[in-house]
Amino acid sequence: MSAPATMHPTVPTAQDTWARRLFTMENRFIPPIFITVILLVGHFSFGILESWKKTLLAIGCSLATELILGRTMTGKWPHLASAYISGISVGILLRSPALWPYALCAVIAITSKYVLRVKNRHIWNPSNFGICVMLFFAAESVTTLSIQWGNSLWAMLVIWSLGSVILWRLKRFHICAAYVASFFAFALLRAWIIGDPWQSEISPITGPEYQLFIFFMITDPKTTVRSVRGQVLVAFLVAAVEMLLRLDQSIYASLYALFLVGPSALLVEMWRHSRRSPLVNSNATAMLTGDLPRP
Amino acid sequence: MSRGSRLRIVLAIFFVCLLATPVLLKKRSAAARQTEQQESFDPQASLARHGFYLQEVSHAAGIDFIHQAPVLDAKLAHIMPQVASMGASVSVVDFDRDGWPDLYVTNSAVGSQNHLYRNMHDGTFKDVAAEMGVADVNQEGTGVSMGAVWGDYDNDGYEDMFLIKWGRPELFHNEQGHGFRRVSDGASLPPWINANTAVWFDYDGDGLLDLFVGGYYPENVDLWHLANTRMMPDSFEYAKNGGRKYLFHNLGNGRFEEVSAKVGIDSRRWALASGAADLRETGHPDLFVANDYGVSELYRNDGKRFHEVGESAGVGFSPKSGMNVAFGDVFNQGKLSIYVSNISEDGVLIQGNNLWVPKEGTSGDGMKYENLARDMGVELGGWSFGAQFGDLNNDGTLDLFLTNGYVSLDKRRNYWYDFAKVAGGNSAIIGDAKDWPSMEGRSLSGYQQKHVWLNDGAGKFVDVAQMAGVKDTEDGRSVAMADLWNRGVLDVIVANQRGRLLLYKNSVTPENHWVGLDLEGTKSNRSAIGAQVTVRWNGQEQMQQVAGGSGFASENDRRLHFGLGRSSVIEEVVIHWPSGRIQSLKNVGIDQICKVKEPS
Repeated sequence: MSAPATMHPTVPTAQDTWARRLFTMENRFIPPIFITVILLVGHFSFGILESWKKTLLAIGCSLATELILGRTMTGKWPHLASAYISGISVGILLRSPALWPYALCAVIAITSKYVLRVKNRHIWNPSNFGICVMLFFAAESVTTLSIQWGNSLWAMLVIWSLGSVILWRLKRFHICAAYVASFFAFALLRAWIIGDPWQSEISPITGPEYQLFIFFMITDPKTTVRSVRGQVLVAFLVAAVEMLLRLDQSIYASLYALFLVGPSALLVEMWRHSRRSPLVNSNATAMLTGDLPRP
Repeated sequence: MSRGSRLRIVLAIFFVCLLATPVLLKKRSAAARQTEQQESFDPQASLARHGFYLQEVSHAAGIDFIHQAPVLDAKLAHIMPQVASMGASVSVVDFDRDGWPDLYVTNSAVGSQNHLYRNMHDGTFKDVAAEMGVADVNQEGTGVSMGAVWGDYDNDGYEDMFLIKWGRPELFHNEQGHGFRRVSDGASLPPWINANTAVWFDYDGDGLLDLFVGGYYPENVDLWHLANTRMMPDSFEYAKNGGRKYLFHNLGNGRFEEVSAKVGIDSRRWALASGAADLRETGHPDLFVANDYGVSELYRNDGKRFHEVGESAGVGFSPKSGMNVAFGDVFNQGKLSIYVSNISEDGVLIQGNNLWVPKEGTSGDGMKYENLARDMGVELGGWSFGAQFGDLNNDGTLDLFLTNGYVSLDKRRNYWYDFAKVAGGNSAIIGDAKDWPSMEGRSLSGYQQKHVWLNDGAGKFVDVAQMAGVKDTEDGRSVAMADLWNRGVLDVIVANQRGRLLLYKNSVTPENHWVGLDLEGTKSNRSAIGAQVTVRWNGQEQMQQVAGGSGFASENDRRLHFGLGRSSVIEEVVIHWPSGRIQSLKNVGIDQICKVKEPS
């Protein structure tokens, strides 16, 4: 998960009310506030966190890594919204009785932003990358959040509604809609293929892991393609790959699907862009340790 | 080379190191596990190295019991192994007061027989359940057995039995060791409870044993005749649609009054295990309930009412799948820790078991607990069920035996993907059995290695199961410990779902000494349930308590067993009787079972 694209902030006037200022605040602050609200409501309603210590450790490691690497590699103090979201996502999504996976996952997530870059863009969503690495290599120590936040339907509807409004405002609702529609279609197809109840196939999307996945991972502006049609296509492809992984009984199919499809889509977009604008890209290097953000 | 390039190289190396960290940790952990699993059973090596070994002797002891699981309503056929996954239990009782522990073992198919194994004093047991009248208790229309707890509720000197059922609960009065008489109706027990746990304890200190029963499925559900399939938990971690709780206050004369609401016990969480102990040295036993699909509950007892303080005490914060409650003074400090078992499956669900240890500097109503299971090495035990503390090698510290394994069917195919898929969904889906995919013969955390954790006395437990001779991989449910043949060692009995009853006969190095204490209350309840005994030797002390049920659906020998290590002198034995009387004993001999009657 990463921070959304920056839009021009509205300059407050004397006539502005606090409410108006709130609703016109700089977009980059909205996702951190939203995820914080989800965390606080989820925790104080249902106790979703195993401990504050683990979540704070993930946030702390994420922020510290961003500050150190941002300052060292670019010479400037970075904006911390993206790192905050990555840290809090690791804190919520990762489940482990130990402390070290939270710290390691957060550091890997942020470091990946500075290392796995192509043409001055990081290509993996940081928390998706960090969590997938932990699931690949430390399966005996970690899992992800895969259970409910309570059993209240209204709580789920509130989060979905609020999230949808925010994504609409950020002009990214179409990604969410495309993914959800594709997921449901593929769920029904899966149920037909394997003969399981259709309810069991749509069950995952009714859980909190998917709320975080949809609102903060697949819609992450830094790691999605730029055209609207491309974004819708990528969302569809994530759901399609997820379906194949689910047919293979992969428990973390959604995370792995984004891990595979997200960077691939970005690389294709860059390749297409380079074919159209060879001059612009003549200096670019397609290496894992490519250009870093300019100071 | 520019500074930027150097930085990038350093960063890339740092990143590779980060990625390598979990790989290296995994390799180290895998190597350790492989070493543990490859350790072969070598009795002499185990005796020399760990001071004991265990041999499975059930057949030689005349016990060839195979548990039969319930077969519930056909609407649940597609997930039957999962929902009919409990019922195997064992409890230890000296029902005929001959000084030799007997075993009561439950069966769970309609029409199946429970077994009461009388100890024949020669290393064998004989099933006398039918002649004693406690065999045919799983008749059609009455539900089936899930466990049994024993307590002398009328203080006549003979242990009576409460039979825990998914169905009609039963109370059997012990007729002087010659048979059992069903007294459920006179005791005013409800017509139906779907329970998996019960515990005898004297909550109000009147000298009469009371009974707590924790419901699992709601009591209005007849699992053999379902009105509909909406009988599953409505959440994997926050379910509150389970069975109600009962506290039967003993009025004397064989009558009981249900007082749970009156005394502040009001919960519909899915209880699987419970235990009672005076955790705060108030003289009043507190009640700990481990719940499946949710947080544990700790009820503090002020002598008249209970107050649920799980969250503030630290034990009721993280929802897990509680399946065991065992108390043990693991640090030899005179304070009871609580072991709660949960689920751990690599890559799917790592809840970890809990060892709740009283926090330094807290006591009384302000007592808080911290989970030291990870630090002490008893956290990961697979799909854990029953566990008991006991000094297996008589070295003076309490060890821990844990059984585990949920559903062992097809070894090559497992149900975890489908389980996780539904468990993460909304209550409308998880709560309806028809929405669950068919298990189709697949395993779910099956064929698991058991754990025998030896306490090193310095804050760590070491798993020695393989070397010590515990190599079975059946679906373990209930564990009980007893000195079955009065040899001064704790033997271990394990009840397995759809599996054998296992008797692990213990052999302990003769260099280590021991003492057994057989208590009888006078002013206190005659079973002495709730009595806390502290034995002091060689500058050490250990506290144990007499319990009316512990672990998962089980009960240990009523007699307390203390290992003393090489020490041949006991400095003092202090008994806190439930009546409040404190008795000090000096010059207690070692290597014997001492009978102690409460001074009147």
